[in-house]
Amino acid sequence: MIEIKNLTKQFDGHYVLDKVSFNVEDAKLVVVLGPSGTGKTVLLKSILRLIPVDEGEVYFDGRNILEAEMEEVYKMRRSVGFVFQSSALFDSMTVYENIALPLIEHTTISEKEIKERVKSLLEVVGLPGREKLYPRALSGGMKRLVSIARALALEPKYLFYDEPTTGLDPIMRDRIVDLIVNLKKNYKKSGIVVTHDLDTARVVGDVIYMLKDGKIKKLERIEKGIYG
Amino acid sequence: MNLFSKITDYTEFFIKSFFFPWNFRRHKNRILEQIDSVGVGSLPIIVVISAFLGLVTTVQLSYQLLGLLPRYFLGATVARMVLIELGPILTGLIVSGRCASAMAAEIGTMRVTEQIDALESMAINPYQFLGFPRIIGTIISLPILTIFSEFVAIYTGGLYAHLFLNVPLGVYNYGLVRNFFHRDLFGGLLKAFLFSFAISVSGCYFGFKVKGGAREVGIATTYAVVTACVLILILDFIVALVVFG
Repeated sequence: MIEIKNLTKQFDGHYVLDKVSFNVEDAKLVVVLGPSGTGKTVLLKSILRLIPVDEGEVYFDGRNILEAEMEEVYKMRRSVGFVFQSSALFDSMTVYENIALPLIEHTTISEKEIKERVKSLLEVVGLPGREKLYPRALSGGMKRLVSIARALALEPKYLFYDEPTTGLDPIMRDRIVDLIVNLKKNYKKSGIVVTHDLDTARVVGDVIYMLKDGKIKKLERIEKGIYG
Repeated sequence: MNLFSKITDYTEFFIKSFFFPWNFRRHKNRILEQIDSVGVGSLPIIVVISAFLGLVTTVQLSYQLLGLLPRYFLGATVARMVLIELGPILTGLIVSGRCASAMAAEIGTMRVTEQIDALESMAINPYQFLGFPRIIGTIISLPILTIFSEFVAIYTGGLYAHLFLNVPLGVYNYGLVRNFFHRDLFGGLLKAFLFSFAISVSGCYFGFKVKGGAREVGIATTYAVVTACVLILILDFIVALVVFG
């Protein structure tokens, strides 16, 4: 379980996160909705301590990682798969190398096992046989799928998705939404999805929050004109 | 950020990238990539520039020395100038222009496209993953490039002296060997070793510090090269003072 308490972050006196508190229960997906530029990505990165916060506590399975040593932070990060909005694939590496990287860095499994693991991850995300391609040869949607495969490599307990469907065509968007739902149902992956897309939020979210003007508010249902 | 805090930040970056339990097996491929990029990649330009360096040095020295001193002094003087000063500094400046800029641009682009965040989110230390192989790759490559440069410069000069100045290669070589001091060679290589830190740490540091987009990557690239060049000149002076002063 992840517990976020009073998370506060300001840039030049402007509060992007103002005492944000919520929980992520096991096997549940929390959606954080909000228009572009409200600090959704900052929220995700703050939880993982990728950027420093001004105040607050983030408990991963009972341990406040904002006060922990870097060793422990790294250990916590291994339990989280992060899917970036930009996909953030390493453009000098092939699809195989991108997905294999966390396995090479953090496990002692053989090269043969890594190959099999990468192959099965690409099958899970629906991109079999693309190991040798470079990111530049992939469409935006395919990059997003490879990014999900890479996030799954270490079999993390949690998955964080940063705008997973933004900028994709409707077919690819539906494919990624189905994949997110599938990962939650069949692989029991809990996590956080930040998005401004109401349709995605409706389908994938167990609990939905709205982030606006630095404040977070739980939503019982999503209505049209919610950002107005 | 004032100069003092910048120096502190730069030093802190170097410590984070260099001082940790080394695991060469884990970084082997990335170090080899950097040796290929910095060392093998720079070789053609180093050879061309060193050849002209040797030619110019020989022409200038023959203009000043021939007729006043015995002819073998030409070999001695060209060799000492190249070994002590011109070889290491020219190689350092060329590699900083070519490689510090490339390192800053590559790492800076990785910063703005969230690839460094991706490394951190995967619990991979980006300083060790990106900085360490570049520093080690440059430390290995630069002294070797310097030796190549010195060899090419000295013997292009020798060939020119033989063909156009009526100084036979044997006489040129005699002067070179007679006035060869180990201190000259190792002092020059010490410079190359220290320059390699200035080049790689500047390239990586300014790449890591990029915030923004393409414009900031360009600015970081410029800062990396300028800082590396200034540090090379400062280190050159310090080594000159300590070893040859």
